[in-house]
Amino acid sequence: MTILPGSVGTLSASDDIEHAIAPEPGRTALLKDMLFGQASTIFAFSVVVIFLLVAILAPWLAPYDPLAQSVLSINKQPSWAHWLGTDQFGRDVLSRMIHGSRNSLLFGLISPALAAFFGTILGVTAGYFGGVVDRVISRVVDLLLAFPELLLAIMIAAVLGGAFWNIIAVITVAFIPGFARVARASTLAVKQEPYIEAAVAVGLRTPTIIIRHVIPNISAPILVLMTLWVASAIRLEASLSFLGIGTRAPNPSWGNIIRDGLNNLFGSPWPIIAAGFAITCVVLSFNLMGDAVRDVLDPETTR
Amino acid sequence: MLYRLADAIPTIWLVLTLVFIAMRILPGDPAIAALGDGALPEQLAEFREKMGLNVPIWQQYFNFLIGTLTLDFGKSYMNGAPVLDLIARNLPYTIQLTVAAMILGTVIGIPFGVLAAVKRGKLPDSGMRIFSLVGYAVPDFYLGALFLIGFALNLRWFPINGAGSGFFDILHHLFLPALTLALVKAAFIGRLTRTSVLEVLGKDYVRTARAKGARENRVIYRHALRNALLPLATGMGLSLLATLSGSVAVELVFNRPGIGRLLIQSITERDYGVIQGGVVVFALMVVFVNLMMDLLYVVIDPRIRVK
Repeated sequence: MTILPGSVGTLSASDDIEHAIAPEPGRTALLKDMLFGQASTIFAFSVVVIFLLVAILAPWLAPYDPLAQSVLSINKQPSWAHWLGTDQFGRDVLSRMIHGSRNSLLFGLISPALAAFFGTILGVTAGYFGGVVDRVISRVVDLLLAFPELLLAIMIAAVLGGAFWNIIAVITVAFIPGFARVARASTLAVKQEPYIEAAVAVGLRTPTIIIRHVIPNISAPILVLMTLWVASAIRLEASLSFLGIGTRAPNPSWGNIIRDGLNNLFGSPWPIIAAGFAITCVVLSFNLMGDAVRDVLDPETTR
Repeated sequence: MLYRLADAIPTIWLVLTLVFIAMRILPGDPAIAALGDGALPEQLAEFREKMGLNVPIWQQYFNFLIGTLTLDFGKSYMNGAPVLDLIARNLPYTIQLTVAAMILGTVIGIPFGVLAAVKRGKLPDSGMRIFSLVGYAVPDFYLGALFLIGFALNLRWFPINGAGSGFFDILHHLFLPALTLALVKAAFIGRLTRTSVLEVLGKDYVRTARAKGARENRVIYRHALRNALLPLATGMGLSLLATLSGSVAVELVFNRPGIGRLLIQSITERDYGVIQGGVVVFALMVVFVNLMMDLLYVVIDPRIRVK
């Protein structure tokens, strides 16, 4: 079966009955289209794959120990021995970059997932039960949404300090309001559907209705939001580490490589240039991927 | 209008309460955190007395609320300096930077967005797409660092740190940090302008204006852009806040004084007195900007007043 552009999920005239009853036509075709349809998406997909491979294989790829200092090789310019040069402690910048990708990946994946989990719980609770619960949750969510994520994260990090799980918590909390709002709005819409009424009528218990009937039906917009926020989470981790309240030295992260670089401006500009380029490329690619996922899962939303 | 103003009061109360709770659920005793593990009991007691930490928690909360309302943000845990002084000294620099970035970003973003919409699908439009994609992805502190390396360090066109004194010196110091934030902002404003102008260009009154023979420039700037302003105003509010949070990192890159650098410094020094003050000031600024945006809509779009 062919999927015509602009007619996602509908059947073209040439399809016969046999094809028409085939379950979920063209999911793979759609996926292929999503990944390879546009040059920009191919680029994004390649960058993401490379990024994932580098992060996973970091210990085997990195030519040097990212923490090993050496007085003999301080502030070396890029060379065959050190492709991106060395920093003010004589550490190999390329190795630090490769290991730093692990932090970006971890934060990029864990925080949006956790935020989606808690945000969905809050949003569904507010949307499904309504009343005072809804008003309290909505009020706090509206308030938190008024804050830019970075500012909220800085404020929370200011109070909590920056251990690994604290940063995860910070970014997660900064993202929760967005998920809660989407989950609440979707729940309100789903609640009007006849199948929920039917479920109530046949006497299903409320938790069963929520888990079996509400959540599966609001999962698409939440999934879309999750992919879109992978990029934001990576950026946020970089910003916090740059500010000195994210990943702490000596552990490498793309953000604190730039921070160290700024303290060593007269030594070598390469750490800054390389780490920032990496952040920009990866964030750009995840943004493009997020847009592609949204176009497939949630064609009606235009943002 | 009055309702909106009144509505800000519970919001401010809620913000202050959240800040207070967050500051108090901190593990550990603030006195020990400030003076170190080796502090003598008398020193700790004296510190608590001085910082108002020796009274029951509800009274601390009450003092905190009253203090904030009377612009008394407490004292630095490090050197006892009033937090209000520190803020008053740093706030003007942050406002300078934010306002300059806002103006520069709008001046770059709106014409670029209009051009992209008018030349839809042509070169300026693709340019806008690439510009906004990169602008959404590039971290502001990285862009700032590149400008610093290129224009301040190598070409020596601009100073590498500080904020300057005297009008032209201040502008000279302000340019690179403001441009950094402005470019990121222009990516956002440009894309938003493109979308809303495109939408308006399809409207009947634009066709009417063209039909009666108005020149194209007049159609675009008088008829289209004017009506595209409302959705733009919403976006501007959001981007003002984004610029405010971006200013934190940019102040650090260019080593400029400002509220952001003050807050980050106090975090590194674990000076909870200043942290609390800085967080409150940022929170109040967010509430204030949101309130201003709401009021601005009423001015721009009289229809809202009826609702």
